[in-house]
Amino acid sequence: MSDGALHIEPSRLPDLDRVPRVDEVGVGERVSRFCKRSIKKDSKVQALKLALSMIDLTTLEGQDTPGKVRQLCQKAIHLHDSMEGLPHVAAVCVYPTMIGVAKKALEGYDIGLASVATAFPSGQAPRSVKLEDTRMAVAEGADEIDMVISRGAFLQGEYGLVFDEIAAIKEACGEAHLKVILETGELGTLDRVRRASVLAMHAGADFIKTSTGKIQPAATMEVTLVMLQAIRDFYYETGQRIGMKPAGGISKAKQAIQYLVMLHETLGNDWMTPDLFRFGASSLANDILMQLQKQQTGVYQSDDYFSKD
Amino acid sequence: MSSTKLSFDGGWEYAPAPQDTSHISLDDRYGLFIGGEFVEPSDGRYFDTINPATEQSLASVASAGDKDIDRAVRAARKAYEGPWSKMSAGDRGKYLFRIARMLQERSREFAVIESLDGGKPIRESRDIDIPLSAAHFFYYAGWADKLDYAFPGRDARPLGVAGQVIPWNFPLLMAAWKIAPALACGNTVVLKPAETTPLTALKLAELVRDAGLPPGVVNIVTGAGETGAALVNHPGVDKVAFTGSTAVGRAIQKSLAGTNKKYTLELGGKAANVIFADAAIDQAVEGIVNGIFFNQGHVCCAGSRLLVQESVADEVIQKLKDRMQTLIVGDPLDKNTDIGAINSKAQLERIESYLGLGREEGAEMYQGGSATPETGYWCRPTLFTGVSQSNRIVQEEIFGPVLAIQTFRTLEEALTKANNTPYGLSGGVWTDKGAKIFKMTQQVRAGVVWANTFNKFDPTSPFGGYKESGVGREGGLHGLSAYVSLEAGQ
Amino acid sequence: MSAKASDSRLPVAKTYKIYIGGKFPRTESGRYYALRDGDGDVIANVCQGSRKDFREAVVAARAAFGGWSSASAYLRGQILYRIGEMLEGRRAQFVTELTQQGVKAKKAEAEVDASIDRLVYFAGWADKYQQVFSAVNPVSSSHFNFSVLEPTGVVGILAPQGSGLLGLVSNIAPAIVGGNTCIALASETRPLCAISFAEVLESSDVPAGVVNILTGSSAELAEHFASHMDVNAIVYCDDADGEGTQIQELAAGNIKRVIARVGLNWKDDSNENPYLIADTQETKTTWHPIGR
Repeated sequence: MSDGALHIEPSRLPDLDRVPRVDEVGVGERVSRFCKRSIKKDSKVQALKLALSMIDLTTLEGQDTPGKVRQLCQKAIHLHDSMEGLPHVAAVCVYPTMIGVAKKALEGYDIGLASVATAFPSGQAPRSVKLEDTRMAVAEGADEIDMVISRGAFLQGEYGLVFDEIAAIKEACGEAHLKVILETGELGTLDRVRRASVLAMHAGADFIKTSTGKIQPAATMEVTLVMLQAIRDFYYETGQRIGMKPAGGISKAKQAIQYLVMLHETLGNDWMTPDLFRFGASSLANDILMQLQKQQTGVYQSDDYFSKD
Repeated sequence: MSSTKLSFDGGWEYAPAPQDTSHISLDDRYGLFIGGEFVEPSDGRYFDTINPATEQSLASVASAGDKDIDRAVRAARKAYEGPWSKMSAGDRGKYLFRIARMLQERSREFAVIESLDGGKPIRESRDIDIPLSAAHFFYYAGWADKLDYAFPGRDARPLGVAGQVIPWNFPLLMAAWKIAPALACGNTVVLKPAETTPLTALKLAELVRDAGLPPGVVNIVTGAGETGAALVNHPGVDKVAFTGSTAVGRAIQKSLAGTNKKYTLELGGKAANVIFADAAIDQAVEGIVNGIFFNQGHVCCAGSRLLVQESVADEVIQKLKDRMQTLIVGDPLDKNTDIGAINSKAQLERIESYLGLGREEGAEMYQGGSATPETGYWCRPTLFTGVSQSNRIVQEEIFGPVLAIQTFRTLEEALTKANNTPYGLSGGVWTDKGAKIFKMTQQVRAGVVWANTFNKFDPTSPFGGYKESGVGREGGLHGLSAYVSLEAGQ
Repeated sequence: MSAKASDSRLPVAKTYKIYIGGKFPRTESGRYYALRDGDGDVIANVCQGSRKDFREAVVAARAAFGGWSSASAYLRGQILYRIGEMLEGRRAQFVTELTQQGVKAKKAEAEVDASIDRLVYFAGWADKYQQVFSAVNPVSSSHFNFSVLEPTGVVGILAPQGSGLLGLVSNIAPAIVGGNTCIALASETRPLCAISFAEVLESSDVPAGVVNILTGSSAELAEHFASHMDVNAIVYCDDADGEGTQIQELAAGNIKRVIARVGLNWKDDSNENPYLIADTQETKTTWHPIGR
């Protein structure tokens, strides 16, 4: 199929007028209830380990070099070897140019390799460029593609265009999993987040993801809750389980646990797996490690004892 | 919608997170707080107050008889005629500010005792009951020397001695709702807490004493229904304030006939929570949960009747059932508990009789929530579908975590059903359309209407019912008028 | 009957009927009582209204409540003012009726004037008392919260015996200006003005059922006013033989609001204030989130 020529049958485009409205204050109240859950002892250890296994360890900097990416991959493999029974992270997430380096560094380990694509982070490029970006990343060996939607088009109400683009990228992904970044910090309202989620899922997203990490606010619990509820409705409707990835701004173990409480009470047990939930984060892992160490030793930790890669 | 099910059972479970209770001290026995000190009841009778989560006695509490009531009313009268009405209004306010502050300082202690005595989850007593109680004192403290601005063209004068009888669902908060405005307006009070939840009121008595209020300004007398009746009917009482059932409120209104006592009554309810198809459905589901399962449904303004538009009924009910599965029922002192203990054995029996009745009437029952402990009084969150306006579970106040669900097609039908009740305390409306919100909120005959929210309370916000849900308002500027007589201004 | 023959012609006597739902039926009971002047001559046969008449009146008042309570405040104000205008136009008739019932001419004139002025006074409140008594409440959470007054509903009024017109007007006006509908029982001893006042209402754009006026015995009807389950508030102005206590007891049946206005001097301007309107109002508080 030629670039940009993919046209979706109108019936596949969901009727966004039927998407439930969202009340911001109500969402905030629900989130504050999640944050009031007190997670102690075994349930805390369980959550911390699960959270570790859900991390997409990420570096997405202009200054990234093969050296930096190799170090990050080492961290992914050796989270904290002095502690027993730790899981490894779910994936490493890099720019397309770094896929080759990462692929080599992760060889032999069951750790996913994710790449951003589609003119990340702004998405301001012709569709042909985005498709080529995607194909190249897949060809280089990415298992997972994190694409960005065209927020400008979405805000203009060009939903068909956004839908077509996601569907086209999905096709270009082939076997690779597609995570669709909504960049919720640019969408402005939770109503738009909900609609964009529905659009992305219908267009073929395997995961929906909050943010690039380049725009503030990045992931928030409010935004994530709205997306989880959209995932639940999509599941009710189609029986298909779509994954969720909050990214950016989640750096503390306590936050990660609050997200897991929210996930657990919104989508239930089936989603409590790295197959369906990821944290896009760079510094979360160490804080979780410190908390796990504290649970084991009873002593509060210093980050001097945990590798910063 | 497919039959796709979410699974909430098993998997990750929250470990117990018990609230620390080591700093709580309760006496074995509490007397009556009269004239600034704890005194023995004249006939020496005591009763136990029970922890409904364990069925164990927490303390022994005095049962006030007629003589004790007389003594308390006299103490209040003396304080009224003595220091309290002679004191500057500003100083009265400062005493109330002081109570508010001391309550904040001791808030965790009060929260724990409230949960022990009444069975409500510590999260609610900690985050709602106690902070709101303190806020209520703080709010009315400021009114004490500003009453001239509350009633244009009138001269507001205190009434004298207020006899106040409060229920067991929000023990300290109801005490605050009663005492704060009464004192701010220059009255003195004799307050009777509910038989099953006297402890925080007695702790408040200690606090009032510690705050240095003149003896007799606040008197706390404990006992059962007859103690309340003796207080209400005492000739030395100038004003009666009651919160409780409509049946008792009716009896009080009747007994006050011909006495010239001023009264306010805050009585029962059977509120409709109306969900339109264009509502923010997920927040509405949360509002339904908060509306009926907050405080075990022991809430006079609970949204106990759900009216949901037919086109979204299946969706709402499915989401509601999923949500109910995540509710944690159990130890009130566990920080993760959503639904605590039913307040008393008698109340549990009453709720259970309605569960039986609902099934007999042909309704379909669904229960969510976690498994309940062996001992204690518990009721899992419950909903009934397939009910109609003619069912008793739709008409009568159950005062438990029990929701009756009906559907409607048009706004007019929803309004008719919502108003088809002798009660008129509260109502809820959920729609994304502004004009429809105002149409509904104007036409629902109830004193508090929550639009796109439910069960919100604030000291500045008046509360009280239409029709058989009561007379008068508590809270806000409007709550002042219950405690003053308005004379023609100069 | 009602007017004595003069030299020139035989006057046409008036039949005094009750006023229910905008119509002037006779009492369904067929009962009457003879109202006599100081000389013992019959002025009129007045309907001895019954419990069933009252029941019909409540039905009419309830039916009228929806429309009247949602009529604009401006319209309610104009209609009250219109009542005043019509009363002014028929001033002489009311003075005559009062004097027939034993009020001295000067006092009768003063009473009619005061009644007109009172209507005008309350007409002016129609679109203002809400502003005086409403509030936007500064709650701590992210919600817009406001409290407004709404009418209590159907109000039963047992008008004062001693003031046939002014006492009646002083109780009807604050109730209806606030959007309530009412059933008033006229003074038993001075009922004529009440029925003539109904004629004024009938010609003043007051919708049918908003005001219903019965004549008859308070001793007989008070208990029905107080006990009727579809009446939301009761106003009484006399407390003979413990009637007030009985009213209060019966009112508890459906938690009626009970307003006692006993022993008042109706001429006094203390009967003019918005708190009288607030007596038959409910405070409704509405919450809504503030967000995007």
